[in-house]
Amino acid sequence: MDLSLLPDGGMRWLDASGPKSTIVLSTRIRLARNVRGVPFSQRAKDADRTGVLERVSEAAASSDHLSSAVAFHLDQMERPERQLLHERHLVSKELAGLERDARPRPGAALLVQDQVGVMVNEEDHLRLHGMWSGFDVEGAYAAVEAVDAELGRLVPFAFHPEFGYLTSCPTNAGTGLRASVLIHLPGLVLTKEITKVLQGLSQVGLTFRGLYGEGSDVVGNFFQLSNQTTLGKTEDELIDHLGKIVRQVVEYEEQARDVLLRTAPEEVEDKTWRAYGLLKHARRLTFEETMNLLSGVRLGVGLNLLPGPGVYTLNKLLIYTQPAHLAAMDGRSTGDRELPTVRAAFVRRLLEAESS
Amino acid sequence: MLCDNCKERDAIINLTQVEHDSKVTLHLCEQCAQQKGVETGGAVLKSPLGNFLGAVVKGGSSGALVPASGDGLRCPACGSTLRDFRDSGRLGCDQCYSSFDTHLRDLLRRLHGSSQHVGERYEMPGADGADSDPRSELLELKAQLRRAVEGENFELAAELRDRIRVLE
Repeated sequence: MDLSLLPDGGMRWLDASGPKSTIVLSTRIRLARNVRGVPFSQRAKDADRTGVLERVSEAAASSDHLSSAVAFHLDQMERPERQLLHERHLVSKELAGLERDARPRPGAALLVQDQVGVMVNEEDHLRLHGMWSGFDVEGAYAAVEAVDAELGRLVPFAFHPEFGYLTSCPTNAGTGLRASVLIHLPGLVLTKEITKVLQGLSQVGLTFRGLYGEGSDVVGNFFQLSNQTTLGKTEDELIDHLGKIVRQVVEYEEQARDVLLRTAPEEVEDKTWRAYGLLKHARRLTFEETMNLLSGVRLGVGLNLLPGPGVYTLNKLLIYTQPAHLAAMDGRSTGDRELPTVRAAFVRRLLEAESS
Repeated sequence: MLCDNCKERDAIINLTQVEHDSKVTLHLCEQCAQQKGVETGGAVLKSPLGNFLGAVVKGGSSGALVPASGDGLRCPACGSTLRDFRDSGRLGCDQCYSSFDTHLRDLLRRLHGSSQHVGERYEMPGADGADSDPRSELLELKAQLRRAVEGENFELAAELRDRIRVLE
């Protein structure tokens, strides 16, 4: 597997170049599409799946946006490598066959070129996606839409005049569009306003999840916010709505941080420095503790309470301290008991490199 | 998300109640929801939508999205039944949307508040001769060729190969 062909291993969003990138880590767009006349994944036979993959690969090769895409055939990869792609948010757990006792289905693949990609033979035949740095729904959508338009001219998509793009699960029908932001909300969590905000979200048609999407837990105060419905509104309306609400959530978060600074400046300063100190000096770190400490440091950097590290480094730490990444770096298995030691050493190394 | 009550199990039910003129939403696991007298529809299926549909049907009454009477309805294209969909939350093929359209229309309205797509209109490749991309015809022929070879229909395969050669 050669991820080095991709900028930042397929994660250009790590560079924190986008708007509001201390609070909003990334914006992700995905479009669900199916090939007309081919059974959906639930009923598809292996020959259907490999047929879909061949058609999509050929279309990608003759397209402008995916002509030099790197292809990963999940069904031919070992588990640690599949987990690595999942940790990079490039493939879903389902596509990577990471659920208990699961295996990737024949024909399960990821084609990725720079910041856009397509998962083939996931719940839908095609899941086009793009991940952008910071809060940039328009930028991410424009790029994914361009790929969609091009592939849609080369492969016939399943479309219905009333129901729109047809998807395996009716929750995605219509536009097939899911727009989401990965957002860091420690201010709202510390001021205990978060429950109110999250409850409000469901009333305005947004839903929240943890770091890895559907069914994942919230760790380190990182939340994924996305639109709940996909039908009955235009793509622009869905995107504008999400943008408007996220802008509001960012404002609430900034207000909460102001409140923290006004009412408990020393506690906040102490919390962020402690987090920084632990990351710089700890000898063993679990993944969850690392996430929580990174959250504390990120807050400190956002409030200018800490001199560093940069947001790029913090983003990298978030990804590279995950089990499959550490295991790959150090030639170990993901279940290795020494992983916390490897993690702590890696964190120290990256932070030292930054401050020297 | 963990259950607001026991803080141990995953919350699967959002219970909204009006208390003292204000709305309170609780996120509960199945056990705690049952203790609070919420009918959860028995066993929780793996797919959230399957669970949703199952609960609605078992609840019976006028709210049923997919009436049990429609269970045997079968999509002629892929052979899935409405029951398969209700159990898994996933449809078998694009034709299922036409085969089960009255049931799905209701469901889509409940899920999305509308069943009418107003977003981008898709134009099938080749639908409009002038705008169609020559590359799409080639890809379609290649797909047909693969099917012909798989079906050992070599006469058709040879013919397709010739047409592909001309286009290339």
